[in-house]
Amino acid sequence: MQTDSFFSLVPLVVFIPLLGLLINLILGRRLGEVFAGVVASAATALSFIIAILLAVALGHSPQGVTIPFAEWIKIGSFQAAWNFRVDTLSVVMMLVVAGVGSLIHIYSIGYMHNDVRHNGDLSRFTRFFIFMNLFIAAMMILVSADNFLMLFVGWEGVGLCSYLLIGFWFEKGKDGIGNALAAKKAFITNRIGDFGLLVAMFLIFWNFGSLDFSTVFAAAPQVAAAHPTTLLLITLFMLLGVTGKSAQLPLYVWLPDAMAGPTPVSALIHAATMVTAGVYLVARSSAFYALVPAAQTAVTWVGAATALFAATIAVAQTDIKKVLAYSTISQLGFMVAAVGMGATVAGMFHLVTHSFFKALLFLAAGSVIQAMERGAHASKSGIEIDPQDMRNMGGLRKQIPVTFWVYLIGGLALAGLVPLAGFFSKDEILAAAAKGHLAVFVVLALAAFLTAFYIGRQIVMIFFGTPRSKAAPHASESSRVVTVPLMILAALSVLGGLFNFPGVSTLEKWLAHTLGETTNASFLWSVAGASLLLALLGLGLAWLVYGHVTHPQQKEQADPLQSRLGALYTGMQHKWWVDELYAFLFLNPYHAIAQFTAQPVDQGVINAAGDGLGRGAKGLGTWLRRFQNGFVRSYALWMLVGLAAILTYLVLR
Amino acid sequence: MIPIVYYLALAVILFSLGILGVLLRKNAIVVFMSLELMFNAANLVFITFANYFKTLDGQALVIFVMTTAAAEVAVGLALMVMIFRVKGSIDVDQMSKLKG
Repeated sequence: MQTDSFFSLVPLVVFIPLLGLLINLILGRRLGEVFAGVVASAATALSFIIAILLAVALGHSPQGVTIPFAEWIKIGSFQAAWNFRVDTLSVVMMLVVAGVGSLIHIYSIGYMHNDVRHNGDLSRFTRFFIFMNLFIAAMMILVSADNFLMLFVGWEGVGLCSYLLIGFWFEKGKDGIGNALAAKKAFITNRIGDFGLLVAMFLIFWNFGSLDFSTVFAAAPQVAAAHPTTLLLITLFMLLGVTGKSAQLPLYVWLPDAMAGPTPVSALIHAATMVTAGVYLVARSSAFYALVPAAQTAVTWVGAATALFAATIAVAQTDIKKVLAYSTISQLGFMVAAVGMGATVAGMFHLVTHSFFKALLFLAAGSVIQAMERGAHASKSGIEIDPQDMRNMGGLRKQIPVTFWVYLIGGLALAGLVPLAGFFSKDEILAAAAKGHLAVFVVLALAAFLTAFYIGRQIVMIFFGTPRSKAAPHASESSRVVTVPLMILAALSVLGGLFNFPGVSTLEKWLAHTLGETTNASFLWSVAGASLLLALLGLGLAWLVYGHVTHPQQKEQADPLQSRLGALYTGMQHKWWVDELYAFLFLNPYHAIAQFTAQPVDQGVINAAGDGLGRGAKGLGTWLRRFQNGFVRSYALWMLVGLAAILTYLVLR
Repeated sequence: MIPIVYYLALAVILFSLGILGVLLRKNAIVVFMSLELMFNAANLVFITFANYFKTLDGQALVIFVMTTAAAEVAVGLALMVMIFRVKGSIDVDQMSKLKG
């Protein structure tokens, strides 16, 4: 069969979502919710089908191709074309983005139906799907780019969509501005990272004269030999970009706040796809990183430190989405550490499985939240409770059994239990760390243990024990359109390990066509056993600590860990005061400077100069009008005076 | 021969009287007369220098000035009559509507 012709379909992965967006933009509001949702979902699903066709074509000619689409920038010898790159790495990303994206779109039809009613603005239903399709298009540009500039277009595009969707209910949140502030925080923090990526791109252009992936990576060894510092700078600035987009230390602070967006957004953008762009970037640029061991070490440690740091915070959060947000940061840390160690395949594998089970967890959390909202409504207690606060939940497994089971599967996959997807992918990362990066291994193992603990804690707090609020017993299961995508994702979370099953290594062989021979992260029984033991230990401990917490109506009840860990728990609960530290180090001085330039400088000098000019002219006019008093004789006098003055000047000159 | 300074001194005195008249008097007719005084002071200077330098330029110019002055007075008196009809007075201080 002639499958190579499928390659030329690749522009459609970008343009079908754009088409869906346009249809919804023009017709969506008129044709109603179901239509808008179906159009958006169908657009994403069609993208997914095209991604599958591309994968089929790659199966026959795995070296990949570049599909020229349009000329873009041509200045002197510099060229940046709008070319689509189809290779095994980009197609894996496309499959994840469009596949998970389709399920999340379908889920959103049900979720947003309730959400717009809960928040009281029906007209935003269409807007949501427009933004979602825009996101898919931007993400597709990012992953199918053939040069850094086109990648950057996608990179900024997803950032924009992230901003728009975090601030989707921009007039809601704390003090009616909380969501808008969260969106702003995400955008500005990302801007710092984007600055790093831009500098890296400038350096690449300056030293390579091109931004095309193939040209640049082919020339990397010569440049590395001639100017090793340059390549180090490029990789480190790129790492700054990665820490911004993929929410790593020190720029992770935006992701927890990004939970202000609707839950499908958290699942799609802030767990499954956009935040993995950084991992993809490092994987794509692995030709660079392989040449600079120092940068590799930096990437590895950033990832490992983030994995542990975020996991400790996740342990002490009470908001259901905040736990998952910190969990995402932590898991992204695993991936970044993996690609830093050169175990690119392991990182990408974890990226794929994580997108399954974390999207599942987020979507299931959304189902829990809406179940709680319905419960609060049904209980008619009239008391406003926070439907996201896990302290208000408890015993929900009886009320929402489907959500419970898929949540359990997602949670266990995250914890890394055999034979769920998370086990295999996390294990590959740990195995790669065990070979030669012992300190990293210890840190990651600790993070894995904490992962199991906090997800165990969360599941126990939500679904087990007795209801801790009036709303919880009245919670009710979500509709089919919500639960079916959850079941599919649950199935993927169970079976995801097959993509790179030890010994078969499908993904590894698949990606080898693009990445070349990578570090072979083979399956180690000892590591696998240890990680499984840690996961069980974490889950068991969570059950021991939280299994007996049955205090109805006692939200103020201290967390059982509080007494056992003391100050340590307080630190974790307050997120190690990182936001406060940043506020102290950067925001407050910045505010002070802004205040200074605003009040004394702008108001006092610049504005005062303008005001003074006006006041002066007015005063002069008031003074001068006294001379135009209407008395002809006084005019004559002044004419005489003027004449005398002129004559005096002319005579005495 | 009367020295030229005498002519000029007379002209200055006439001109100053004219200025004072224009500035100090309220009656528009008197202001006009003072203006004529100033014209004629200037005419006197023209004649004086014409005589002094033995040329006709100054004398010719005086004829022009007198003609212009006659025309000015004709227009001015016509205005004066109109103002008197409207205001019932030709006090120049009453005509102070045009002020800023």
